[in-house]
Amino acid sequence: MLSKRIISCLDVRDGKLAKSVKFVNTQDIGDPVAKAKEYYEQGLDELVFYDITASSDNRGIMLDVVSRVAEQVFIPFSVGGGLRTVEDCSRVLLAGAEKVNVNSAAVKNPGLIAEASKAFGAQAVVLSMDVRRVPPSAAIPSGYEIVINGGRAPMGLDAIEWAKRGEGLGAGEIVVNSIDADGTKEGYELTLTRLIAEAVSVPVIASGGGGKPEHLYDVLTEGKADAALVASMLHYGEYTVGQIKEYLAGRGLKIRMQNEERRMKNAK
Amino acid sequence: MITLVDYKAGNLTSVRRALTHLGIPCQITADPDVARRADKIIFPGVGAAGAAMSVLRERGLDAALKESFAKGTPILGICIGCQIILEHSEEDNTECLGLLPGKTIRFSSSVSQSVNPLQSPLKIPHMGWNAVRVTQPHPLLAHLRPGDEFYFVHSYYPQPADSSHIYAVSDYGGEFPAAIGKDNLFAVQFHTEKSGAVGLRLLQNFSNWEIK
Repeated sequence: MLSKRIISCLDVRDGKLAKSVKFVNTQDIGDPVAKAKEYYEQGLDELVFYDITASSDNRGIMLDVVSRVAEQVFIPFSVGGGLRTVEDCSRVLLAGAEKVNVNSAAVKNPGLIAEASKAFGAQAVVLSMDVRRVPPSAAIPSGYEIVINGGRAPMGLDAIEWAKRGEGLGAGEIVVNSIDADGTKEGYELTLTRLIAEAVSVPVIASGGGGKPEHLYDVLTEGKADAALVASMLHYGEYTVGQIKEYLAGRGLKIRMQNEERRMKNAK
Repeated sequence: MITLVDYKAGNLTSVRRALTHLGIPCQITADPDVARRADKIIFPGVGAAGAAMSVLRERGLDAALKESFAKGTPILGICIGCQIILEHSEEDNTECLGLLPGKTIRFSSSVSQSVNPLQSPLKIPHMGWNAVRVTQPHPLLAHLRPGDEFYFVHSYYPQPADSSHIYAVSDYGGEFPAAIGKDNLFAVQFHTEKSGAVGLRLLQNFSNWEIK
């Protein structure tokens, strides 16, 4: 049986680490390569790098970050942000990422998912979606709407329908990011995550709202997620990867534990 | 010096980076004569069996790998490199290298339901971290402790005809071979180059491996 994965997301702007809170007021908190290495050594299962660089002039900086991460971090990682074409995707994969993460560009051009999936395989294509709660309507029966451009543009598209369509087009995994929960640290959007996990057969990664290890437990059980994304919990040093994993393993989830952690536990 | 066989496999660079990180000298080659002279060979892989075999044949690397295996060169296969050392793969109905008897078969999505009808169908590809259990001691797996996990991404798995060629198994809707080998040949279905410290250690063990 597969272990539940703990994934961390590093937002990168102009080669530096940033953590967005409700997609505004981003503040710089350090070097993404150093952070990635620190989490890798703590036993993180996977990483996501999201390029929020505003100017396309600075895109090359991101490829440099990707290749430096690949030289030091020996777990899988994906890269997203600003990937609009198969060529953009190819560049980050060649720089050393395992997977590409597409979001707004895929909503505007769903063919991108199909093309990337055909070129690199479904396992290399992660569809990331930003979702906001709205009153249910004919167009949005689930009451969960897809928004793009960092949460600014509602698309009139139902999140459940979009997840199914993304899977059909060849996405190998789906990241469900709740804009309502993002940055609140009050827990993941359990209903949204579960609705999507039940609608598709590819792995679902929950994102937005994780503030305590209990939140991860809830979304990995009740929310039916295969993986949970954590950001500020780790970035501000409130928890280590090991502490989160110890908690989840202690509550009976199948979690990858590094030897060191297991030895320490046995010694207790 | 470890020689990485280049047949357009996706993870070649990742394996090279892991070896460089460990301070193990390596070279990449697509030349069958360089492969024939290699001290040790890593045969990586991502992608489809059919495409992999056709590139190997085009480049004459299939014959070089067979000769290297026959003369005792230590060889490590990874992922597709673990599947196409068998005789046949169900993927693209491909005739493979046949270094070991057996075939590569696809996970059945109905397996888990036959075991437990309430369980949802198996997600394919099998992608993520899973525990690897050693079934037969091997120098490349000497560091493993019960419960150690590796990173897998695959829809097919190797099934050697002779169970004595299986060294480790994993469980995904039932047990399947995760590490196979014979004599100077060893191959793992998981991506050891992306499996953190336990994975890097396996590469280190391969570098240190002396065949008695």
